[in-house]
Amino acid sequence: MATATKDGLESDIVKFISQCRKKEHPESYLIAVLHKVQEKYGYLSQDHMNEVAQRLQVPTSTVSGVATFYHFFRLRPRGKYAISVCLGTACFVKGADKVLNAFQTELGIEMGETTADGLFSLENTRCLGVCALAPVVTINDTVYSKVTANQVPELIRQVKSGKNVEG
Amino acid sequence: MGQAFDFYQILFDQHNHAYEASGEKDKIIIQVGAATCEIAAGADPVAREFEKLIQASGRKDILLKRVGCTGRCAREPVVGVFVPGGMPVKYEQVTLAKVQTIFQTHLQQGQPVAELMLDKKTGKFYEYVVILCSSGQCSPSGGKQLETKLRSRLHARGVDPQSIRLFHGGCMGLCPAGSKGKQRVMMVFPEKILYLFHNDQELDEIIDLQFARHQTAEKYITHADFITEQFFRLYGDVAFFNKQTRLTLRNSGLVDPESLSDYIRNKGYEALARVLDGDPGFVIDEITRSGLRGRGGGGFPTGVKWKNARTYSNDPIRYVVCNADEGDPGAFMDRSALEGDPYIIIEGMTIGGFAVGAQRGYLYVRAEYPLAIKRLEMAIENAGKHQLLGKNIMNSGFDFDLEIRLGAGAFVCGEETALMYSIEGKRGQPRIRPPYPTQAGLWGHPTVINNVETWANVPTIMLFGADWFSRLGTEKSKGTKVFALAGKVNNTGLVEVPMGTTLRDIIEDIGGGIPNGKQLKAIQTGGPSGGCIPASRIDTPVDYENLAAIGSIMGSGGMIVLDEDDCMVATAKFFLEFTQSESCGKCVPCREGTLRMLEILERITCGKGTHEDLDKLERLGRLIQKTSLCGLGQTAPNPVLSALENFREEFIQHIDEKRCAAHQCQQLIRYEIDAEKCVGCTLCARRCPVSCISGKAKEVHVIDQDKCIKCGECYNVCKFDAVMKN
Ligand SMILES: Cc1cc2nc3c(=O)[nH]c(=O)nc-3n(C[C@H](O)[C@H](O)[C@H](O)COP(=O)(O)O)c2cc1C
Ligand code: SF4
Ligand code: SF4
Ligand code: SF4
Ligand code: FES
Repeated sequence: MATATKDGLESDIVKFISQCRKKEHPESYLIAVLHKVQEKYGYLSQDHMNEVAQRLQVPTSTVSGVATFYHFFRLRPRGKYAISVCLGTACFVKGADKVLNAFQTELGIEMGETTADGLFSLENTRCLGVCALAPVVTINDTVYSKVTANQVPELIRQVKSGKNVEG
Repeated sequence: MGQAFDFYQILFDQHNHAYEASGEKDKIIIQVGAATCEIAAGADPVAREFEKLIQASGRKDILLKRVGCTGRCAREPVVGVFVPGGMPVKYEQVTLAKVQTIFQTHLQQGQPVAELMLDKKTGKFYEYVVILCSSGQCSPSGGKQLETKLRSRLHARGVDPQSIRLFHGGCMGLCPAGSKGKQRVMMVFPEKILYLFHNDQELDEIIDLQFARHQTAEKYITHADFITEQFFRLYGDVAFFNKQTRLTLRNSGLVDPESLSDYIRNKGYEALARVLDGDPGFVIDEITRSGLRGRGGGGFPTGVKWKNARTYSNDPIRYVVCNADEGDPGAFMDRSALEGDPYIIIEGMTIGGFAVGAQRGYLYVRAEYPLAIKRLEMAIENAGKHQLLGKNIMNSGFDFDLEIRLGAGAFVCGEETALMYSIEGKRGQPRIRPPYPTQAGLWGHPTVINNVETWANVPTIMLFGADWFSRLGTEKSKGTKVFALAGKVNNTGLVEVPMGTTLRDIIEDIGGGIPNGKQLKAIQTGGPSGGCIPASRIDTPVDYENLAAIGSIMGSGGMIVLDEDDCMVATAKFFLEFTQSESCGKCVPCREGTLRMLEILERITCGKGTHEDLDKLERLGRLIQKTSLCGLGQTAPNPVLSALENFREEFIQHIDEKRCAAHQCQQLIRYEIDAEKCVGCTLCARRCPVSCISGKAKEVHVIDQDKCIKCGECYNVCKFDAVMKN
């Protein structure tokens, strides 16, 4: 059985793909496989997508077609700290746009970008389902509720100094 | 009873015995929530702290239990302390410091801590808490009359009415056929007794025994099995809850969502057992007769859909699908349901699978809900181990399996044809219907797609019957609906009410009104496919027909409350931005049309709009509605059109006066410095990102309006309130 080549997919993902190949409608597991790849590597690199295509036996064009269609998939690496501002309705009504502006000003990047030092990237989500705590920001897996624009500089300082958030 | 029911009884007895043997019933239970929202509010450390204290105290009679979300989001983390035989006590916004107090005072010394209790800021203890059912079934003429009667009779009998806290509760689902207006139901705490009475004389007897002599009026106690019983027993004394009727959420916040045993002991799997011993056609008839309609937005009759799938062809392969994509960006009903009680969805789908003749079901869950996914995975595995999924379910010979498929952040995948492509591993672009999924669904086979909440209703209907279910709700909308109440309302959270409940009841009584004494402006329902209901329509009863009549839709249950600080133009633009960016791009009206509409709205919010723009918006909107391929495009203009219809003067204000009264449209705000108040501290000038504030230290500062980018920084930083926002 194939184990991982130097830059190739690691063996647990390779194993998952070969399990999928044995099931009914193997090609239907493409999205599940891409989720696993992104979870492991943080994003979908071209090499990894090619390898997925080859191992799952679906055309490369299908893989990239799917990867680009769904917003959840990232085609570029994200920063060490991924800041995600919820722009769902409840958060919007409670001023999430101002929070987002504050992050953009403070970090000097736009939505979807990563700071030059690779430390922060700025993303958005549409409703994490905790609307009652709006506006909500997540930094990696930590959820911050009722965030105001004024708190943003301090929040970034805290994260930089390694407090509160797992890297 | 048949094979499956025998299987069920053995299963139930097993779990019940294990429960009795564990002695849990006689223990003090500390309940801490374990849903995403509770965890975000800090429930995990709170639970750990309780655990530590229990251990350190060496007390074996206290048990910590993690449960799903009760829906009281604004007060999370909520902790329940249930002492056998005592009044159920719930604490709100519990912090680590409060854990210490609660543990020392309540658990060690037996004194509940009044000032930390949920919604009981008064700190007053009542001898009794009484909930009068004030639903349309029990009190066709409203509950106030009975309250007056009860209070005066209490008084006459020498009982201090002030020693009793009285609530008007929602339907407990106890009403048999033909009972309308003929019987009354009242629950009494701390005994948690349920009285059923028919006339004043009976009421007097209850008052005499229960409140004057502190005995129970055995004769009027009902032991009827009712679905919301457990919920009422634990939460009935809190106003936020007792106005609700929890059918689909009946276990959320009560059971450990990871425990199959808890579910089984709370009527779980009884419905499936009864169904499997019978005929699939009977299930379809019951669901049809119950009047259940799809809760995902469209409101299509569920029984009809099932029948279509079953009878379309004699294809031996069929599927059922649960739509848990929950795309409305301001809604969290389905997440709470999945996290709080995953088994009820699984049981519902298994019943549905049996009814339509499916062998396999898929749960399509959005990837943004990791905890819901984890709970479902666990529940599916557990159900499989107990022969509740897989081969020969409950010895009935029926084979059925479930699989989870993850979404990947595309709103359009909530649309049923797109969803099926996504399950098949493709790009989720909708296709033209017909053929409908019930004709040609997954891999071309007949497929039933229903929403999470629709599935969650199924076991309850099969257990209590179509007749019972159809007595709840209005003529054409039966049962209950869950709403995710958010925005400018005090009690944000999850609310399940009978169809036909008015918006006022939901927002004022359950929601506790608008915070900070502000004025209600509008209620947004249906998310990006819905509309804004003006405050003047607050007495509208909520059901599919009524909401459609006032230009909105029921939608999946998002309900966002807007107050005077919300700009309707900006809100409409927000929704359109959302649908625009989520358009899959397959057809021109949706892809290009929404972009044009958005450009116009952009102009208006910058003060550059014209009156023709409003006509253009309307024309474009109608065109997009008529010519788009799928529901996303067909409904995308709704928020804009309904805002134009109900709040046209606000658009005109933006155009003519270049003013946004709600101060939300940044480009229309003017920041100015009040010469009287400015002390010249220079802070604003130093903070202004474009350096457009000038002035010497200790002198009045001035903003250069041409350069100002309206970022609001000066307004935020000035410590002397000298910067004005106009
Ligand atoms: C753009 C779009 C998004 C949708 N999103 C959802 C959703 O998130 N959840 C859902 O249950 N239904 C959603 N629907 C409705 C589904 O297409 C479908 O009608 C529904 O799942 C059927 O189940 P029901 O009859 O139980 O409501 C959406 C429809 C459209 C057009
Ligand atoms: S209406 Fe919009 S979302 Fe639907 S198919 Fe057309 S472009 Fe795609
Ligand atoms: S911050 Fe306020 S007081 Fe200070 S200079 Fe600016 S306007 Fe004047
Ligand atoms: S609003 Fe922003 S840009 Fe305008 S004066 Fe104030 S700080 Fe400067
Ligand atoms: S809108 Fe932000 S969490 Fe729901």
